[in-house]
Amino acid sequence: MNGIGASLLRVYAILVKELVQMRRDRMTFAMMLALPIVQLVLFGYAINMDPRHLPTALYVEDDSAVVRRIVSAFEQSGYYEFSHRADSPAHGSKLLAEGKVAFFIYVPAGFTAKLVRNERPQWLIEADATDPAAASNAIARAEGIISSALRTELKGPLSRPKSSEMPVELIIQRKYNPQGITQYNIVPGLLGVILTMTCVMITSMAMTRESERGNLENLLAMPTRPHEMMIGKITPYILVGLVQTAVILLAARYLFQVPFFGSLALLMSAVMVFIIANLCLGFTFSTIAASQMQAMQMTFFFFLPSILLSGFMFPFRGMPIWAQQLGELLPLTHFLRLVRGIMLKGNTFSHLHLEFLALVLFILAVGLLAILRYRRTLD
Amino acid sequence: MTECAIDVKGLCKSFSGRQVVSNVDISMPKGEVWGFLGPNGSGKTTTIRMICGLLEASAGEGTCLGYDIRKEARKIKELSGYMTQHFSFWQDLSVRENLQFVARLYNLSARQKVVQKTLDELGLGDRQDQLCGKLSGGWKQRLALAAVTMHKPQLLLLDEPTAGVDPQARRDFWDEIHRLTNEGVTVLVSTHYMDEAERCDQIVYLAHGKVLARGTVDDVIAQCGLITFQGKGENVRRLADALKGRDGIEHVAYFGTALHVSGRDRDKLKCQLGPFMDEADWQEIAPSLEDTFIDLMKQAGVDKREHG
Repeated sequence: MNGIGASLLRVYAILVKELVQMRRDRMTFAMMLALPIVQLVLFGYAINMDPRHLPTALYVEDDSAVVRRIVSAFEQSGYYEFSHRADSPAHGSKLLAEGKVAFFIYVPAGFTAKLVRNERPQWLIEADATDPAAASNAIARAEGIISSALRTELKGPLSRPKSSEMPVELIIQRKYNPQGITQYNIVPGLLGVILTMTCVMITSMAMTRESERGNLENLLAMPTRPHEMMIGKITPYILVGLVQTAVILLAARYLFQVPFFGSLALLMSAVMVFIIANLCLGFTFSTIAASQMQAMQMTFFFFLPSILLSGFMFPFRGMPIWAQQLGELLPLTHFLRLVRGIMLKGNTFSHLHLEFLALVLFILAVGLLAILRYRRTLD
Repeated sequence: MTECAIDVKGLCKSFSGRQVVSNVDISMPKGEVWGFLGPNGSGKTTTIRMICGLLEASAGEGTCLGYDIRKEARKIKELSGYMTQHFSFWQDLSVRENLQFVARLYNLSARQKVVQKTLDELGLGDRQDQLCGKLSGGWKQRLALAAVTMHKPQLLLLDEPTAGVDPQARRDFWDEIHRLTNEGVTVLVSTHYMDEAERCDQIVYLAHGKVLARGTVDDVIAQCGLITFQGKGENVRRLADALKGRDGIEHVAYFGTALHVSGRDRDKLKCQLGPFMDEADWQEIAPSLEDTFIDLMKQAGVDKREHG
């Protein structure tokens, strides 16, 4: 029993001990088995790189059979869905700014008449290009949609020779990011991702560290109230988050030349609310997790959908409705709309109040849960 | 009737169906030092935690310093000091930072002064910036006591404060406890050391979550009604196995090089010792507290101790 035999036996001893310990730690075990399946199903179905049925606002000043034919061709392409009817061109642009629609199609007066006179009338599409990937496929198809629709409409005396140029002048305005620069979209998004990652992780350790190091007993034996503990634990990390924000914003400006159209004060208030939301969530995790290891696992369990379902990596509107609803629950989803809206679109509070509201509701719900979950005793 | 610092009745605690403490009554007058004794896992820590509001009692009621242990835990925490069994101050904070933290939590006025005074009294003035994790066991224990007494509590709950501390440090610690009781502080201290138990005004002996004996040390020894013979000599080691389990002999235990044989019936005991009279030098002695505890534990039944 010397040499290899004894060594194998020792390996076996360690292996058995590991297996027993793995089985004891239910949470890790469940995470290892269930998580990949959940993620596979969730993300496998949710993520779609070719978003369709994008909400589109329509404003038609010239309601004719041809226009109706082209509009319905847009709808039938599967990329555009006319969810809003604009009252004016300004209203259409506003819907786009608010992020309610991804496109605004404007058909100016006299379109049909000009078409008949072969004067190349304009067909205008305003696209929200903050996320270049989300809009590009739909934009690329616009010309094809129009020309194939016209081919069936322009018959007899109206027919044009095949070689001639397109009878309609398609004007596509890629708003907010005309050159389709990915960094413009990703860098502000990264601000949200980095804040989510660090804030949730740091605070999720807050209470578990106390209990793991044996300090909790002492802390509970002294007169502290749950909200005092929570506020005291969270506040230092607000400062950390603000420092991170400053670094990222400077990098966005000087390294990546990301434009900044909106108000810095508004952005900073969004950042504050977002940091607090994440810290509250982290604190809640720390009241649930039994160890720092579990707190870490919970953070990752939360982090992955935050990246994948929030619209950071993949177009939000490309996901099926259920996944979008899930995404609405994540603070990062709302923060991305805030940060992209403020930086790239120059949105004001009136455009974004609903996103602020969502974050505040998240803070209240999660903060309440944390205080309820907070252990006042060692039971 | 003197005012009670702790007055609890019928305290019970079970963890997931397992009864850890059952029906513990304690009425402890103010200004005394009581010892809490019993084997590991007998429910001492759990009882102390229920008294200071760290655990919620499954059943039973009572007051601590006049406040309801169920409803007014916060008040109790403000007026009492609880020293945990394992050092529970922050190892990555310095001595001074730990004391400052505690002083702030209790909202002490003249905080800097109090902290400085505590440091000086502790004799840690020159090591105040050392991290607590680097302190030796004895210093940690002294620091913990200083920290839990900084806010001048009326009641001190000390959970095995002297475990793993050298004899001199233990003596100093107890001198400090007596100094505090002279100032009117009430102290409930759990311990495994007989010499410490003997320094208490009264002791409460707990086994399997039940109070088995209580009273002054002499009372507890007398209640037990043991008769003990001490055997000395070169051969006593071989005698122990021969004597164990014989009718009339409750237990046989070594005390240093001597053997203590205890029972309840003097005649039976003498009769059993008869054959061994020549092998050692036998003498009837007053049973010690430890003899009594060995007996109490035996009476409580099989050893169901849980270590940890």
